Amino acid sequence: MCLGVPARIIAIEADGVQATVETRGVQARVSLALVEGCRPGSYVLVHAGHAISVIDTEEAEARLNLWKELIAFKEASSMSASTSTIEL
Amino acid sequence: METWSTYHHKELTARLLVRVKSLAAAIAGKLGRRPVIMEVCGTHTVALARTGLRSLLAGCIDLRSGPGCPVCVTAPEEIDYMLCLARQPGVIIATFGDMVRVPGSSGSLEKARIEGCQLQVCYSPREAVTLARSNPDRKVVFLGIGFETTAPAVGLAVKEAAALSLKNFSIYSAHKLVPPALATLASDPDLKLDGLLLPGHVSAILGRRAFTFLAREYNLPAAIAGFEPLDILGALLELLLQIEKGEAQVNNAYPRVVSETGNPKAQEILREVFSLAPANWRGLGLIPLSGLKLNTAYQDFEATGRWPLELKPVPPPAGCLCGNVLKGLCLPPQCALFGRRCTPLRPVGPCMVSSEGSCAAYYRYAREAG
Ligand code: SF4
Repeated sequence: MCLGVPARIIAIEADGVQATVETRGVQARVSLALVEGCRPGSYVLVHAGHAISVIDTEEAEARLNLWKELIAFKEASSMSASTSTIEL
Repeated sequence: METWSTYHHKELTARLLVRVKSLAAAIAGKLGRRPVIMEVCGTHTVALARTGLRSLLAGCIDLRSGPGCPVCVTAPEEIDYMLCLARQPGVIIATFGDMVRVPGSSGSLEKARIEGCQLQVCYSPREAVTLARSNPDRKVVFLGIGFETTAPAVGLAVKEAAALSLKNFSIYSAHKLVPPALATLASDPDLKLDGLLLPGHVSAILGRRAFTFLAREYNLPAAIAGFEPLDILGALLELLLQIEKGEAQVNNAYPRVVSETGNPKAQEILREVFSLAPANWRGLGLIPLSGLKLNTAYQDFEATGRWPLELKPVPPPAGCLCGNVLKGLCLPPQCALFGRRCTPLRPVGPCMVSSEGSCAAYYRYAREAG
């Protein structure tokens, strides 16, 4: 029930609260009453007809890089471990 | 390209899976058993089953589902109250679809509808306000179930009804709060958890900080997770690294949606409209300050005030282990009724009804797999 759907804001109505968003080619009307600082083009997470969070693309990128580092380190060390075994 | 489609990143997902499995296996070697990790959120339960991650990880992680399906944790007496409401003259029940088929001691809302009760399934609580406006001769009651993720939207609907001075709109607030339930589980001596996968969308509202007590007071490692396979594996990796080092922190592995202090506007609505109240959870029992009731200013919109029906304690359905499933004490197939007397078509307990219930998720996906 806590399902959230990421969607892109297409247009914000004059009241500043109602917006049209698009997700996977489907458009819907949602309320922006629970978020601040979004513009057309922003990505939001929609739950029960309301945007509940503005998606931060920089944070998304940063986390991906962190995970890459966390596994690359281990992959590199296991790689060198297997190379050294071959050398032996 | 949508930003989150990077989260479908196949190659990285595959590499993370390899790493998570080998790290979990190393930890299992040290512990002499698989690390026990609870996925608190029902949406995670479904994602783990649907993507096959649960079975891919089964050999090295003991994944337990938690109390994160709002419909499932709704107490039997709360369901009975909803059924009583539905049978009141002139009432239209407005509800999220998940609640419709949950059995109470006198049938379900679906059955009540067949008997002639009026029922409207809503996607957003605002629709219930619209319904009340267009049916002035009826009394619309919205069933307020859900966690912190959902309660702000319900709060906004109540505010809207108040602004419109709607006399024929009320809500039955059976909302539940996640952190107090986690505190209850963390202090359960029967449940030896090594880590928690925290619900991403509850955290979007509350912020990471609302969960730091888990590390501080219970020494329990935790990570907030998103819902793509990549998100879940990334969070599991962060969690396992903590377990390996013997550390306890609350990592935010979903920072594109979750901030340190959460959503201020949503929190403000919660404070304005609701106040904390004790809540009765299926399986977990009565937990102080784990529920929300309407504030004095919005009292008129509380259905229990208009229909003060008595809630008699109701035993759970005979043989149903939902209570233990919700506490992570057992897995759905360990229930003797699972797949035999209890199936999604003829559910005995709520965990088999709700799309997010663990029993339903195990039934649907485990059967396909095997
Ligand atoms: S399988 Fe059915 S009866 Fe058993 S715990 Fe799950 S919902 Fe309850």
